Amino acid sequence: MTSQSKHAEMLSGAAMVIRALADEGVEYVYGYPGGAVLHIYDALFQQNKVKHVLVRHEQAATHMADAYARATGKAGVVLVTSGPGATNAVTGIATAYMDSIPMVVLTGQVMSHLIGEDAFQETDMLGISRPIVKHNMSVRRPEDIPYLIKKAFYIAQSGRPGPVVLDIPKDMTIPSNKFPYHYPDEIKLRSYQPKLKGHSGQIKKAVSALLAAKKPVLYSGGGVIMGGAAAELTELAQYLNLPVTNTLMGLGAYPGEDKQFIGMLGMHGSYEANQAMHHADLILAVGARFDDRVTNNTKKFCPNATIIHIDIDPASISKTINAHIPIVGLVQPVLEEMLATVKQKKKKLDSSALEQWWQQINDWRAVHGGRYDTTSALLKPQHVIEQVSKITKGEAFVCSDVGQHQMFAAQYYKFNKPNRWINSGGLGTMGFGLPAAMGVKLNFPQADVVCVTGEGSIQMNIQELSTCKQYGLGVKIINLNNGYLGMVKQWQDMNYESRYASSYMDSLPDFIKLAEAYGHVGIRVTKPEELQPALQRAFVELKDQLVFLDIHIDPKEHVYPMQIPGGAVNEMFLSKTERT
Amino acid sequence: MRHIISVLLENESGALARLVGLFAQRGYNIDSLTVAPTEDPTLSRLTLVTHGNDQVIEQITKQLHKLIEVVKLTDLSEAAHIERELMLVKVKAVGEQRDEVKRSADIFRGQIVDVSATTYTVQLVGTSDKLDAFIQALSGTQILEVVRSGVSGISRGEKTLAL
Ligand SMILES: Cc1ncc(C[n+]2csc(CCOP(=O)(O)OP(=O)(O)O)c2C)c(N)n1
Ligand SMILES: [Mg+2]
Repeated sequence: MTSQSKHAEMLSGAAMVIRALADEGVEYVYGYPGGAVLHIYDALFQQNKVKHVLVRHEQAATHMADAYARATGKAGVVLVTSGPGATNAVTGIATAYMDSIPMVVLTGQVMSHLIGEDAFQETDMLGISRPIVKHNMSVRRPEDIPYLIKKAFYIAQSGRPGPVVLDIPKDMTIPSNKFPYHYPDEIKLRSYQPKLKGHSGQIKKAVSALLAAKKPVLYSGGGVIMGGAAAELTELAQYLNLPVTNTLMGLGAYPGEDKQFIGMLGMHGSYEANQAMHHADLILAVGARFDDRVTNNTKKFCPNATIIHIDIDPASISKTINAHIPIVGLVQPVLEEMLATVKQKKKKLDSSALEQWWQQINDWRAVHGGRYDTTSALLKPQHVIEQVSKITKGEAFVCSDVGQHQMFAAQYYKFNKPNRWINSGGLGTMGFGLPAAMGVKLNFPQADVVCVTGEGSIQMNIQELSTCKQYGLGVKIINLNNGYLGMVKQWQDMNYESRYASSYMDSLPDFIKLAEAYGHVGIRVTKPEELQPALQRAFVELKDQLVFLDIHIDPKEHVYPMQIPGGAVNEMFLSKTERT
Repeated sequence: MRHIISVLLENESGALARLVGLFAQRGYNIDSLTVAPTEDPTLSRLTLVTHGNDQVIEQITKQLHKLIEVVKLTDLSEAAHIERELMLVKVKAVGEQRDEVKRSADIFRGQIVDVSATTYTVQLVGTSDKLDAFIQALSGTQILEVVRSGVSGISRGEKTLAL
C-alpha cells in the first residue's frame, strides 16, 4: 500500500460523475452528448464500468431509463446536454413524475459565470423542471458532486419515488481541476425522512373493518408494483378470498388469469370491476390514488363503502376521496403486517356473505366478459392482443404507447407477473412505447419484450429504430394500424357526431420498408389468417431480431366498456349500442 | 377560512421558488408571505397566509411537507398565537390634515417616522385587521403609498417550531 492510497483519490468533477454512478451500481446511462457535457463524455470514454447508450432523441433516453426503473424498481439514469438537450428530456421527466418512477437526470449547464446571461444553449432547467420533478439541484462546487449524486439517488428511490434533476455547469467538470473523491454510504436529511412502517393501531383498525366486510374489493395501483408488494398483496387476497381489481398502473400485481382477478377498473375497466367497486361495502385501496380516470364522478363514487387507504404519500390520502381508515407507509411492510394480524386473529370474512358477493360478481362477469365481435372478416385488435398474450404465455414485458391499442393491451393481455406492464398512465405520453421497450430489452436480453403501439404513436419516436440496430435490441413491435388516431376518433364518434378533425392519418409510411431501411425485419398482416404465422415468425424463428409487425386492424373498433362522463364508477357504455 | 402557516425551510437557493411554485401550480392562494433567515443561518422561517376550506388547507400542508427542503411546519391558526404585520403609510398632510393624521396615528399607536412639507409617513404594527382598520380611519386623507410586510407569526406559550 502506498502512502498515497490512504488518502482519497483525486478526481475531476467529470470523472467523479462517472465514478459515483459506478459506485451506485449503475450499468447503463442513456443519453446524448453536447457542448456542456463533453468533459463528462470524455470521462465516460476513459472507463468501462458505466456503459452509455446513444439514443437518437433525448426524449427516448428518458423513456429508456424510465422503463428500466419500472421493470426493476431501481432508478434509471439519463445524461443530456444543456439547452435543447435538456428541454428534449422534459416530456420524459414529466412522464416519470406522473407515474412516480425513480430516475436521475444529469443535465449539462453553461459555465457558472455565464448563467443568467442568455448564453449559448442556456436554459433554466431547474426552473423548467421544478413542477415535474420530485426534486432538483445544481452543482455549485465540484467537490460536492459525489454527495449530490448520492442524494439524487436517495431522493429518487425512497418514499414515493420520482425523477430528480441534477444540473451540472460545465466548469464543475473541468478535467484538470481535481478534488478528493469520497462516495457517501448513506445520506441523512433533516428535512426529508420518508415514513416506512405503517401505524400499527391503524393497521389493526383496518383489519377489523376488513374482516367485518360483506362485500369487499381490493383495489391496487402502481404503488404495489413500484413498492415491490405484489407477493404480499396476492397472499392477502388469496388468504381471504377477496376480489381484486387493478388500476392501469397496477396490472400484474395480481395474476391476470386467476379467478379472483376481476379485471382493470375505471374508464375502460371491466364491467364486473366497476360494478363491484360501486356496490362494495369496503374498499381496500393499496398504492392507488383515486385518480379521475378511476373514480369518474367523485360525488357518486362508491356510496356505501368504508375506505381503507394505504399509501406512502400522505398527500394522496383523502385528496379526491375521503379515506375512513388511512394508513401512511410503504405498502410492502404494511401489507405484511396486515397479513400477520389477520392470521393471528384466526378469523376470516363471513363466508356465506362472501359467497353471495362472489355469486353477484360472477353474474356481472357474464354480462360483458370482454366480448368482442369474433366473426368479423377484419382483424380485431382484441384478438391480436390475446394471441400475443398466448404466444408469450403472459410473461412478456409489454411496453405500450398511448391510445386505443394501450387499452386493448391492458384489457386483453393476461399479466401474470408484476413489473411487466409498462405504460405511461399518468401523462399518457405518445412516443413512450418503443424507447420503453428498448430500455427493458437492453437490461433483459433473454426476455420477450413487446412494444404495443399504433401508427400514430410509433411515429413519435420512430427514429429509435436506429438505436435498436446499433445495440441489437430485438424488440417485437406490434403496430395496431387502424389508420387513425383511434382514441381521438372514438371520442369524435361518441361526442362530435363522427367529425374526424385531424384524426385521420394520411400518407403513412410503408412500415415494412421503413423497418428494412433501418436494418430490421418488417411483416405486414392484413388478414386474420396471416396473424398466427407472422407471430410465429416474429417470436420464434426471428427470436433475437427486431421485428416490426404492421397489423392492419378494423379501423372502426372502439374500446369498451367506457365510463359515461359525469356518472358513477359503474355507469358505462358496453358497446356502440348498449349502456348500463 | 384564513390560515397562517409557519414553515422552517432549508436556507438554500431554489427552496423559496419551489415553495411559491407549488402554490401557483396547484392553484392555492397566497395572501401574504414573509421570509428571512433565523438565528441559525442554515434555516429560513417563513410565514404564509392563505385561505381555503379544510380540505384545501390539508392538501396545502401535506404538499408543503413533501418539498424536500421543508424541515417543519405548523398551522398557527389552529391554536393560540401572536401575529404581527408592519405597515408604512405615506399620506398627504397639509393644513389641518396634519393634526388629523397625527391624531389617528396616536389612536392606533402608530408612529410618524418621516415628515415632509406636504406628507407624513406613518409606521404601524399590529394584526392585519388593525392595519386594515387604520387604512379605513384614514379615509378622509389622501393615501399616497401603502407598504405592508405581510404577516409574521409565532405560537403562544411554550410551543415552538424549531429543530
Ligand atoms: C404526445 C401526445 N400527443 C397527443 C396525445 C393525445 N392522444 C391520445 S391517444 C391519441 C391517438 C393515438 O393514435 P395511435 O397511436 O394511432 O393509437 P390508436 O388510438 O389508433 O390505437 C392521441 C392523439 C397524447 N396522448 N400524447
Ligand atoms: Mg391508430
